[in-house]
Amino acid sequence: MSDIPADLKYARSHEWLRQLPDGTVEVGISDHAQESLGDLVFVEVPEVGRTLAAGEAFAVVESVKAASDVYSPVAGTVLAVNSKLATAPELINKAPYGDGWLMKLKPAAGAPPALLSAAEYARVADEG
Amino acid sequence: MPFIPHTDEDVAEMLAAIGAPNIETLFEEIPAQLRVASLPGVPAGLNEQQILRLMSERGQQDGRPLCFIGAGAYDHFIPSAVWAVLSRGEFYSAYTPYQAEASQGTLQTIYEFQSMITALTGMPVANASMYDGASAVAEACLMAVRANRRSKSARVLLPRTMHPHYRAVVRTSAGQQGLKFEELAYERASGQTARQALAAYAGEDLTAVVIQQPNFFGVLEEVDELTDWAHERGALVIAAVNPTALALLKPPGQWGERGADIVVGEGQPLGCPLASGGPYFGFMAARMEIVRQMPGRIVGRTVDLDGRPGFTLTLQAREQHIRRSKATSNICTNQGLLMMAGTVYMALLGAEGLERVAAACLARTAELVGALSRLPGVQCAFSGPRFHEAVLLLERPVAKVLQLLAARGIEGGFDLTPHYPELGPALLVCATEQRSAADIAAYAKALGEILPSVRAA
Repeated sequence: MSDIPADLKYARSHEWLRQLPDGTVEVGISDHAQESLGDLVFVEVPEVGRTLAAGEAFAVVESVKAASDVYSPVAGTVLAVNSKLATAPELINKAPYGDGWLMKLKPAAGAPPALLSAAEYARVADEG
Repeated sequence: MPFIPHTDEDVAEMLAAIGAPNIETLFEEIPAQLRVASLPGVPAGLNEQQILRLMSERGQQDGRPLCFIGAGAYDHFIPSAVWAVLSRGEFYSAYTPYQAEASQGTLQTIYEFQSMITALTGMPVANASMYDGASAVAEACLMAVRANRRSKSARVLLPRTMHPHYRAVVRTSAGQQGLKFEELAYERASGQTARQALAAYAGEDLTAVVIQQPNFFGVLEEVDELTDWAHERGALVIAAVNPTALALLKPPGQWGERGADIVVGEGQPLGCPLASGGPYFGFMAARMEIVRQMPGRIVGRTVDLDGRPGFTLTLQAREQHIRRSKATSNICTNQGLLMMAGTVYMALLGAEGLERVAAACLARTAELVGALSRLPGVQCAFSGPRFHEAVLLLERPVAKVLQLLAARGIEGGFDLTPHYPELGPALLVCATEQRSAADIAAYAKALGEILPSVRAA
């Protein structure tokens, strides 16, 4: 059973989103996602300053058996990316909700899209 | 004899296993109107004896002319051992094997090829080969757009001194994928890419600059200056190089302050015969930082579970069978047999042998240009330093001159008139190590006799 922290929001495409006190958000991939991918060997992160639409592909995670796109759960502007992943992609395997974060976003104005709660995402992860 | 391994019994057994009454039923889903009963214009098949006779008769019609044409494909001596080794059953396949790891010998040869290309280009990584030089430049442009994430323009500069066929292939192949190509003018006196042409791009967003060395005129470009100029503007540098010339010239990995980012070229000079335009092979090398954007296959050296050395395809997550439509390119195999010819050729010659071939080409071309430009009405077009090709200005229609030379058994060069009309009647000539002093004298004599008989256009 994979780890699904209750204080985060989730997307069906297996990304998590953390609301930070300053109004920005942090994004990464779920424990379930890293487990399905296996050992990561390369992570391509976006450039700082890039504007993303909700659902837009912003990163690529590559494991020994697959390469997958990662989609932004909300629209916004990239404020920071996790540059440690360039030399240590395994941080995502070790700590998907901590040191393995992918990017920080300044969410675009307007209503955020409906995301899943931990309980709802647990059912999605169960289905595969 | 058809080379199909299945006997009638094998076929019947396979059909029975899947419950199909005959082979025709396997194609039932193809509508009748899409099927072709016969191919108009294609004659009936010939047997081996008949086809050998036909081809040898056609070959005799071509004769054995003295070849002074270069223009991207070069008549080099190929040691007999190259194709003797290639004819071994273990190597004689055009295709990267399925279950690649089962063919350790093939993988090792590709690994050796990659190592030789990295040594020749001065780059850290090379792939298993490309289709040919022109398509390798197109793939390099697409790769540069993927790799240069600071640039948003997808603008690529192609010097007019680059092979006109390469420029055409690049536009056809990459032009439909959002890339914008702009051509850089050349200096009329030197035949090199013009510094003034570069000035027009001050402060603009450029994704990549292609530099061909030697350029299509055979002239050596100021590669250090061009490379630094491109890098200062945030553009990647794609080097399109002749592998033989690299035996003498500075490797692209050392161009300017930082070296070229991607290096491609035509592999034909390395052991592949001139054969009506192919098949040839291309090569590609790159900086390690952008290897994940590289198209094609890459073989790596590794160890197995017991610690024994072995070879394996690596970085496959860039490829179509994993990334589908987001793969780095549609290149998913390599020119196995021709790449192998290049590997055996380079192994036989070694660094020293290749250097001697290059030095002989340089000397022969200097002799050729000297002999021809002494003729009245012939002058050398450009002052820039050159390798094994040169442009001559004739004052007479080049097509007619070439036709008269061909009637005397001499292929006199490549007519530049359709591609560079601004030069007037211009002829690109080449002499490799295959052309003797007597060959050159024969050409000069023939041209000297022909020119006065041709009227100026």
